[in-house]
Amino acid sequence: MRHTISVLVKNEFGVLSRVSGLFSARGFNIESLTVAETLDPEFSRMTIVTAGNEQIIEQILKQLRKLIDVIKVSDLTGKRFVERELALIKVRAEEKTRAEVLRTVDIFRCKVVDVTTKTYTIEVTGTEDKILAIIDLLSPMGIREIIRTGRVAVPRGD
Amino acid sequence: MKQLSGAQIFVDCLKREKVDTIFGFPGGAVLNLYDELFRSDIRHYLVRHEQAAVHMADGYARATGKVGVCLVTSGPGATNTVTGLATAYMDSIPVVVLCGQVPTPLIGNDAFQEADILGITRSCTKHNYLVKSIKDLGRIMREAFHIARTGRPGPVVVDIPKDITAEVTGYQPVLKVDIPGYNPTTEGHSGQIERALDLLVKAERPLLYVGGGIIISNAYRELKRFAERFRLPVTMTLMGLGGFPGDHPLSLGMLGMHGTCRANMAISNADLVIAIGARFDDRVTGRIDKFAPHAKIVHIDIDPTSISKNVVVDIPVVGDARKVLQQILQILKKAKYAKVKTPKRTEWVNKIEAWKREMTLAYSMDGELKPQYVVEKIYEVTRGEALITTEVGQNQMWAVQYYHFKRPRMLFTSGGLGTMGYGLPAALGVQVARPDKLVIDIAGDGSIQMNSQELATAVQYDLPVKVAILNNGYLGMVRQWQELFYDKRYAAVDSSAQPDFVKLAEAYGAVGLRATKAEEVVPVLKEAIATPKPVIIDFRVSREEGVYPMVPAGAALTEMILV
Repeated sequence: MRHTISVLVKNEFGVLSRVSGLFSARGFNIESLTVAETLDPEFSRMTIVTAGNEQIIEQILKQLRKLIDVIKVSDLTGKRFVERELALIKVRAEEKTRAEVLRTVDIFRCKVVDVTTKTYTIEVTGTEDKILAIIDLLSPMGIREIIRTGRVAVPRGD
Repeated sequence: MKQLSGAQIFVDCLKREKVDTIFGFPGGAVLNLYDELFRSDIRHYLVRHEQAAVHMADGYARATGKVGVCLVTSGPGATNTVTGLATAYMDSIPVVVLCGQVPTPLIGNDAFQEADILGITRSCTKHNYLVKSIKDLGRIMREAFHIARTGRPGPVVVDIPKDITAEVTGYQPVLKVDIPGYNPTTEGHSGQIERALDLLVKAERPLLYVGGGIIISNAYRELKRFAERFRLPVTMTLMGLGGFPGDHPLSLGMLGMHGTCRANMAISNADLVIAIGARFDDRVTGRIDKFAPHAKIVHIDIDPTSISKNVVVDIPVVGDARKVLQQILQILKKAKYAKVKTPKRTEWVNKIEAWKREMTLAYSMDGELKPQYVVEKIYEVTRGEALITTEVGQNQMWAVQYYHFKRPRMLFTSGGLGTMGYGLPAALGVQVARPDKLVIDIAGDGSIQMNSQELATAVQYDLPVKVAILNNGYLGMVRQWQELFYDKRYAAVDSSAQPDFVKLAEAYGAVGLRATKAEEVVPVLKEAIATPKPVIIDFRVSREEGVYPMVPAGAALTEMILV
C-alpha cells in the first residue's frame, strides 16, 4: 500500500543523501521525495511517498527515526491530510486546438504561465488524480514536455 | 577565552572523553594532530594497515566496554578503515574513527589523497561528521563519542580537514550534548514486560535466546538470576557467547547454522521464546517460516528496527537489556509472581537432555591431527581462562564449538560481517586492554594472511599474543560448502601455496612453532604460553575436516547435517 510520510530533519548538508541512501541500501522504494526549509531555517521538511506492506512501512518508519539527523517522522496515511503536487505541462497549441486547451485549463482551474505561437505552458496544482486527469485530456493535442514535482502534504486541522 | 589550535582542541576533547589509547597510522592530512598527540600522554599504537587499526580499537572496545579510537589520514588511510567500520557496525561496537581530510578549500577538487569519506562510510557507521568549521570541532567530538557509546553502540567517523587542525580560535569546552534527533529508549515499557511475564508463568517449554546485547549492556548477572528463577534453558548467538556461563546446567550453547543440536531442537519445540539483545540473523534462524514455529516470541532490544524486522514478534519491549532485566526482576517481586515457585520443568529439561545425549558434538581421531582436537587442548591447557579471538571460517566455528566461555568479554569474533583478518589485530587490541591476560587468536591459514603484517605491531609493542593457525591449506569453509553443495568442485580454495608460518613469525622477530601430530599439541601449546613474546603456532591439521552439525543455508533448524 502507498504511504505518505512527513519527516522533519536537520537542515544540514548530507541529510538528503542519508535518507535516500537508507532507502536504496535496504531496497525500499521512493515514489517521490520533496524537501525544503521549514519556518525555522534550522530544520527541513521532507515528504516521502513510498509503498510496501505493513511490515516494510513499519521498518521504513523505524529506520528513518534511527537516523541521527531525523527529528520527527509521521505517517500521514490513514490520517486526515491535504496533499498537493504541481506539474508544468508544455502542450502544442495550434490554431485548431488553442481554444480547446484553454477550455481544459479553465475547467481544471489551472494557469497558463507561458505562451508562444506554437505552445502553451500550463501550471497545474492538485492531487495526483487531478494531474493525471489533465494529462490524459491534453495528450490528444500533443504534449511536448511534462515536469512534475513530488508530493507535499500537511495534516488537516490545528 | 583560551586561544587554541584545532589540533589542541582535538587533543583536549580526547582527554575529556578519557581516551588514553589510540590506534593509528599517520599521513599528510593529520600531521598537526599527530604533532599535538606526540606532546600529550595518550598512548599511540602504530599499525601496519589502517584496517587493522579499526579492528584493534574494536577489540579494545569489546574487552573494556570503552570507546575504541583510531586516527588515520585522508584518502587511502580513511578508505582502508571501511572494512573495520562495517565489522564494528554489524556487531554494535563503539569505535570512533578520526580521519584527516584535505584542506577545506580543496574539498571536491580531487585533491591529492582526497576521498569522499562521508559518502563512503555513510552506510557502515552509526553516524558520521565532516568538520566544516573549527567552531564545530568541540561539539562534534563530544557528539561522536556520545553517539558511539550510547543506545545501540556503533562506529562514528569524524572527518577533519587539515586547515581546521591548524586554525586558531577561542575555545570553550563543550560539556553538554544536545542532539534533538537522538534519544534512545533504555527503560522498557512495564505493561509490555508484565504481558511477557504472564506468558512466561504459563509457558511449559520456554527458552531464552540471547545475543551480544547481554554483553554490551553488562546484563549477565541479571540474566543468570532470571534464568535460574524460572529454570529457563538459555541458548546464545555467536555474539552472545559468555553472556551466560557456557558450563551452566541451563546453557544449551550456541544455536543456528553450526549451533548445538539441543539448542536448535529446543528452539524449534519451545512454546515461548524470549529473545534478549539478539536480532534474528539468518545464520541463527535458518528458514524463517520454520523458525520457532510453536512459540510465542517476546523480543527485548534497544534498537526498535531490530524488532519485527526478520521475525514478527508477539511482545516487543524496546529497552536496554540490563535495564529491562532489572525491571523484570523488580516486577517479579509483585505478589502475583512472587508466589510462583521455580518450576521443575522435568519434561522439558529431560527432552533437552535427551537431545544432548543423542546428538553430541563429535569428531573422529583417525591418525591425522584434527582441528577440533587442537581447540579442545587449547581449552584444557588454558583451563578456559584465555581470551579468545577468531578469524572467520571453519576456525571460527571450531573455536566456539570446542572452547567454552564462562564469562562475558572472553570471545572476540566478527559475528555479523564475518571479516577474515579480524582475529590478529583484534587480539592486539584485547592485549592492550588486558595486559595481564593470555590472548589467543584461533586462526585459519587463509584468514591470518589477510592481516599478518600486524605481527610487526605485536613485536614493536611487546604484545605477546599467540596465534594458533589451524592450517589445512584450504579456504576450509568455502571448500566445505563446495563439498556438500557443489559436488566437490573445489573452485579457488586451495591455499596450500603459503608462507612457512614458522619462518614468517621469525622474520618479524616473533616466535614460530609447529605441530603435526596429536601428541605434539599440548607440549607446543605449553611452550607458546611460556614464551613472553608473540608466537605463531602452525598446526598442520587434517585437510578436509568439516564443521558439524550444519544447517544448510535456507533449511529449517531441525534439518541438521550431523556428520
